Amino acid sequence: MNSDIFEPKILAFCCHYCAYSSADLAGSMRIQYPPNIRIIRTPCTGRLEVEYFMKAFENGADGVLIAGCLEGGCHFIEGNLCAKRRVNAARDLLSEIGLEAERLRMVNVSAAMARPLADIITDMVQTVRKLGPSPIAADATSITENFS
Amino acid sequence: MIVAHRKSIPELIEILTGHNKVLVLGCGTCVTVCLAGGQREVGIIASALRMASRIRGHALEVEELTIERQCDNVFIETATEAIERNDAVLSLGCGAGVQAIAERYSHKPVYAGLDTTFIGILEERGVWTEKCSACGACVLHNYGGVCPITQCAKRLLNGPCGGSREDRCEVRPDRPCAWQLIYQRLKDIDQLDRLRQIQSPKNWASSLDGGPRVIIREDHRV
Repeated sequence: MNSDIFEPKILAFCCHYCAYSSADLAGSMRIQYPPNIRIIRTPCTGRLEVEYFMKAFENGADGVLIAGCLEGGCHFIEGNLCAKRRVNAARDLLSEIGLEAERLRMVNVSAAMARPLADIITDMVQTVRKLGPSPIAADATSITENFS
Repeated sequence: MIVAHRKSIPELIEILTGHNKVLVLGCGTCVTVCLAGGQREVGIIASALRMASRIRGHALEVEELTIERQCDNVFIETATEAIERNDAVLSLGCGAGVQAIAERYSHKPVYAGLDTTFIGILEERGVWTEKCSACGACVLHNYGGVCPITQCAKRLLNGPCGGSREDRCEVRPDRPCAWQLIYQRLKDIDQLDRLRQIQSPKNWASSLDGGPRVIIREDHRV
C-alpha cells in the first residue's frame, strides 16, 4: 500500500453462498481487488444485526461493506432483504451519530460475479478514501491491530 | 404491553451533557418485545453514544446492563453496583421503569432514553398499534371488544361521526374507522342490539385527572 495516501480499513461481511464464493473466484481468476478489505464470511447476510455494524465502526473500521446474494436469489429466501432493511436503519443511525452513511454499503452479487465484486470493492475503497479516516478510528485499536 | 421508541442520538447526547460515566440500563420485559430497550438495543445505543460522544470531543464511558424488569425491586437490586459506579443512568425502560430507578437511587441522575408511547400489541412484524388508553373503567363489553376510546379518533361512545370514507377514519385515513370495526364485530357475534343502548357520558374520574392512580389489594399485602 502507498503510505502517502490514506488507505482505509474496510470490513466486508460476505455471504457464504454468493459474495464469499465470488471473492474466492476472483482469486482463482487472478482478478485483483484492493487489499484494504478484510472479509468475514457469514452464513447469510440475514444473520447480520445492526450492532455488528456499530461494533465494526466502534473498533476502528473506516467503512463496512455487506455483500449478499442477488435479490430473489437468497439461499434462505429473504435473508438479504432483511439485511437490506437493517443496513438502511444502521445508515440512519450513523447519520445521527455524526458519521457519513456512505461508510456503510450493501451490495448484491452472485457467486459468479468475481469481476463486478472486484469493481464494487474498488469503488467502496475510493468512496471511503474521499471521506477520509473515520473520526472513531483514531482512538480504536482492535481493527488497526488486525490490519497491520 | 407498553410500547416505546428510542430518542435520537443527538438528543441523548444533549441529555447526558456533563457526565463522564454512564450506565445504559435495559429492561427485559415490554421494551424488549417492542425492540426499543432490550439487551440488543442497549448494545446498539451504548455503541452509538460512545461514537457520537467521541466525534463531539467528549468521550463518554458507557457501561451496558439489562435487567429482567425495571419496575420491580427484586430485579432493580441486581443493578445496584453498576448504578453506583456510574455518574448517571440512561434507562431504556418505560416511563415507569425510569421513575422506579430514580426513586430508589435518590442521589443518582436517571434519564429516559425512550419515549414511552402507548399500551398496544404487535400488529405484524415491525408494526405496533395502540389498543388501550388505560382509562380505568373498561367499556369493551359494550363494543364487541373494540375500544372506542382508543381506536376512535374522536372517542365517540354512541355511534360513528359520519365522516368516515368507506371503512377508513376521517382523521387518520391510514386507519380503519373504529365504529366500522365495532359494528362488524357486534354483527359477527350477534349482539347488534347493544348499539340501541345509549351510553351516558363517560366518567373520567377513574382516569388521570386525579393524579397518579393507586390500586391496593389488602389480601396481598404483608
